[in-house]
Parts: sequence; structure tokens; C-alpha cells
Amino acid sequence: MADQSTTPNRRDPVSEPAFVRWLLILICALFLALFLVVPLGTVVGRVVVAGWGSFVDTLSEHDTQSAIWLTLSVAALAVPFNLVFGIAAAWAIAKFEFKGKTFLTTLIDLPFSVSPVISGLVYVLLFGADTWLGPQLKAMGFPIIFAFPGIFLATVFVTFPFIARELIPLMQAQGTADEEAAISLGASGWQTFIRVTLPNIKWALLYGVLLCNARAMGEFGAVSVVSGHVRGKTETMPLHIEALYNDYATDSAFAVASLLAALALVTLILRTLLEMKFGAEVGNGRHK
Amino acid sequence: MDIRIDKIRKEFGDFPALHDVSLNIRSGELIALLGPSGSGKTTLLRLVAGLEYPSQGRILFGEEDASWKSVQERNVGFVFQHYALFKHMTVFDNVAFGLRVRGSETRPPKAEIRRRVEELIDMVQLSGMEGRYPGQLSGGQRQRVALARAMAIEPRVLLLDEPFGALDAKVRKDLRKWLREFHDRTGHTTLFVTHDQEEALELADRVVVMSQGKIEQVGSADDIYDRPQSAFVFSFVGDSARLPVTVANGDVNFKGGATGLRTSVGNGEKHIFFRPRDIVLQDDGPAFEGRIVSMRRLAGARIAEIDAGLGEGAERVEIELPLGVPAEQGSLIRFLPHRFAIF
Repeated sequence: MADQSTTPNRRDPVSEPAFVRWLLILICALFLALFLVVPLGTVVGRVVVAGWGSFVDTLSEHDTQSAIWLTLSVAALAVPFNLVFGIAAAWAIAKFEFKGKTFLTTLIDLPFSVSPVISGLVYVLLFGADTWLGPQLKAMGFPIIFAFPGIFLATVFVTFPFIARELIPLMQAQGTADEEAAISLGASGWQTFIRVTLPNIKWALLYGVLLCNARAMGEFGAVSVVSGHVRGKTETMPLHIEALYNDYATDSAFAVASLLAALALVTLILRTLLEMKFGAEVGNGRHK
Repeated sequence: MDIRIDKIRKEFGDFPALHDVSLNIRSGELIALLGPSGSGKTTLLRLVAGLEYPSQGRILFGEEDASWKSVQERNVGFVFQHYALFKHMTVFDNVAFGLRVRGSETRPPKAEIRRRVEELIDMVQLSGMEGRYPGQLSGGQRQRVALARAMAIEPRVLLLDEPFGALDAKVRKDLRKWLREFHDRTGHTTLFVTHDQEEALELADRVVVMSQGKIEQVGSADDIYDRPQSAFVFSFVGDSARLPVTVANGDVNFKGGATGLRTSVGNGEKHIFFRPRDIVLQDDGPAFEGRIVSMRRLAGARIAEIDAGLGEGAERVEIELPLGVPAEQGSLIRFLPHRFAIF
């Protein structure tokens, strides 16, 4: 203790001792291994054990293909929808001053704090068979609940904070000087948006889209409530996996699950690549 | 382009940023808006640009009422405090921006845009840097890109918000000189905002001193420095000393005794203002009197801080002592200003 000042192996004065750092890293790694890698590995393992043939069989089933198609179409619609909403909301919150701004910001976070089951349930309460609106729309040939529109609505509800949340801090940090410069040079509002605002937020936007997409494809709870679980019609991939599993078609369940995991993995890899390539810019949206 | 600012008022919510400000700017003039932060100088500049609309009053560009025209319609060149360069565009693209966003009927052909942008980049001495991004430029270079970009649209007026605020002292001085030459060469009516009096006095044809949303004084550097018309201008521009006096029928009295100074200011409790160097030491006769509290050396002079015996916590005055005068801390000093103003 007394000769601490002469210790040759002096550590960084603001860092923790080595064993603390190792312990933290170890805890983190163990945790991830136990709760993420092992289960995901099992999914892939089951598929490998069951064999390629079984995998292909499952994927060529009509119900599975329908589930994949439904999941992809819902995501393909919900993501652009939230893209527009996210940009508009972030723009309004970051660049304008208005009454009720804090309230709007809180409202955007609502889906994060509300259980997905409730997110689904609100649409049942709005458009269900017991309501005034539901049967009317159904009679007009436009059913909401137990049909595609309901699934779409529930997905949008659950995923709408992702893009806005990603953009708001970045746009707030950037302020309005660039836009003012553009209009002072004669650019119209639209030109300013396309040529100045969009390039300034593009990485954060892409990042938000990826997160939003991952969640849109994977959402279970909210969609489960509104879907009605009609096989080959209103079952998305997560619902289909559960259904297969409940039918003891374990191998098939794992096959679809591995496909869904693979889709998520693609998103994750894209995200990591983006962060590696444009680390600073992508990071802006998260920490400022 | 003449600019007339006619009884402009501007409120942000309940906060009045400008009260009834009027100012006439002649074509080709270089005008400095000088004031502390919160004086309304930037608001006035933004009003001229069209980035804000006035709550009341008019802004005329020549004979044309521009008060309610949009920024785009006003055709002004605005250089922002932190330049607001488009960081995803090269120097060339930044400068070309204003020409490229024009509608097809007024947009010059590509070759013409290229020629004009290159000419501007050359004018701001950045030839060879066309392909660089703002992140790869120094502060002074960015400032010049911002200027070239604003000039590209052939603005009727050039407006600069704290043009040298973000630069270090040396670059500041160089750019100041360069901007003056640039202005003389291009002849644009130019307004710039600054809180730096040295910058305003050195650079501008006329200085507009502002405080708390009002114009305190408009005039040349000599007017502002030698003939300040208000207590604010006197104390804001240059070093100044201030003492409380009573004026009775033209006689200036200090602490109940005559000082021998005369003024045309009306009777009452007033303050006398003078520059620390505009004093004459007095051996006898009426004078201001006080003890030296501290002394410091400032290049070729000594500055003495004097306690004029106005009581605990009262303001002290600083005067400049000639080098030959024997004086030290605690010495009694008697002096009279030979140039002063009373407000």
C-alpha cells in the first residue's frame, strides 16, 4: 500500500481496477450467452437436426408461405407509414415551438410503455363486432378486426415510436440554421427538405427504419389480439410459429422461427454495418 | 439598394425584442449593428432578411415594401453565425446551391453556373478547394465559403450575423480587413451584427448602437466614440469612468462642492462620464478627489483605481495616470476631466 505511487503498473486513474472490469465483462458475456445465444442456437440446432428436407417441407406449406407473405406485406406497409409519421412528428417537435409539445412527445412514447396486448385490444374495442363502427365497415366489405387492416393498425401502433424517437434528438441538436440558410438562398420548403434536411438525418432515419422493421415483423402480442388466428389468412409469422408449436409440430415451428430469426439477423447485421461505417453520424441520434 | 426600417416593433410572445426602431441605410453602406446580447440586433437583422416578420412597422427595400415578403422573395444574402454550411455538400455544391434551386425559367444553364461559382470561389480566395467538404476546412475558410454562397444569388443586401464570432483573434483581424476590401470591391449594401466594438468601429461606415430593443445612437466611429449621446453608449463603447454629480444652474457639483465644470444639462441628480485618459491632475482649486485603491500597468500607462469616498460598495473610477507622476496605493489624487459628458 505504502509504495503504491511507485508501482510500475499504474492504471488509468479514472478506470476501475482490472478485476472489476473483467468481472463486468464476464457477467455481461455470461448473461448474453445464457439468455440469447443458447436459445437462438437451439432454434438453429433444431432445424439442423431435423434436416434440410423438413425445413424445405415446412416452408413450402401453403400456411407457412401465407404467413411469410402476410408478415412481409404488413412490414412493407407499416414501415413507410411510420416513416412519414416519424419524420413529420420529429420535424414538428424538434423545429417548432408550440403548446402541448411535451404532451405530444409523451404520447409518441406511449406504445413503449403500454403492453402490446392492450395495443391490439384498443382496435378490437374500436372496430370489434360489438361496436357500432365494426359491423358497418364489415358490411361495406372492409373488415378491420380478424383481417389485414387490423393487423396493419396494431403493427403501426406498436412500431410508431421507433423512427420518431431516433430522429427527434438528432433534429433538435441540428437546429434550424441549415434550413434557414437554404430558404435564404431561395430554396422552397420542399427543396429544403429534400436537399438539406433529409441528407442531414439520413443515417438516423435508416437506423430507425431498420428498428421499426424488425419490430414490425416480430410483433406478436398486439397482432395476436386482432388477427383471429385464421390459418393461411390472418396468421403472421410469429403467430404461425406459436400455432405450429401448439400443434406439436415442433420441427416446423423451429423452421419458421429460424427464418424469422434470420430476417431479424439481417436487420441486425445491416445495423452493425451502418454503425461501423458511419458510427459518429448514426450515434448522433442516440446520445445527444 | 437603400433600406428603410420604419418604426419596427417585434415581440416574441410577451417579450418585446424591438420597440419602434427606425433606421435609414443608404445604398452601398457598410453598417454595424452593435450591442450586448439581448439588445435586439440579431432580431433586427433577421427582420431585414425576412427570417422573422415584424409585429408592427415596415421594411422598405428601395421603394418596395418588403415587410411581408418571404425570405425567398427578398433575395438577400445571409451569412449565419456558425455559417450553416451544408456539410454533405462540397464547397462547390454549397456555393452553387442558390443557383441550382431556382425554377427552370430563371436558372442559369449548367456551364454558366459552373463559371459563376468558380468566379466566386476565386473571389473568396478558395480556388483549388472546390471539392472539399466543410468539415475539411478551417474556420476562416468556412466563413468565406458562407460568404461566397450568399453572394451567388446576387443578393440585393448582404447580411452577416456575428461574422467573426467563431474565429480566433488572428484570423479575425485578417478577415476583418478582407471583408472591408470585399465590400469596397463589390459595393453591396451590407449589415453586420457584432458585440465587438472594436470590430464595429474599425469596419463600418456607420455604427448602430443598440440596447434593450432600442437604437441608442447611429453614427460614424468618431461620433460614437467622441460624442456618445447616452450613458449607455458612453459606457458600452470604450473605457469609461462615471461619478454621481448634481447639476445646479449649469454648475457641476460633486459631493456638495463645486468642481468648476460647467454644463448645459438641466438641473438634477446626474452622472458625469469621461474617458480614463481625459483627465488633468489638479494641485489646488476645485476638483474630484479620491484615494488610490490599486494600480496596474497597462502598456504605456498606469491605471489607478480610485475610491472617491462615496461610501462602502460604491462604484470606483479608473483614471489613467501619466508615467511621471509620483503616486502609490493610498495617495490622494485630485483631478478634473477635460472632456466629459453628463447624463
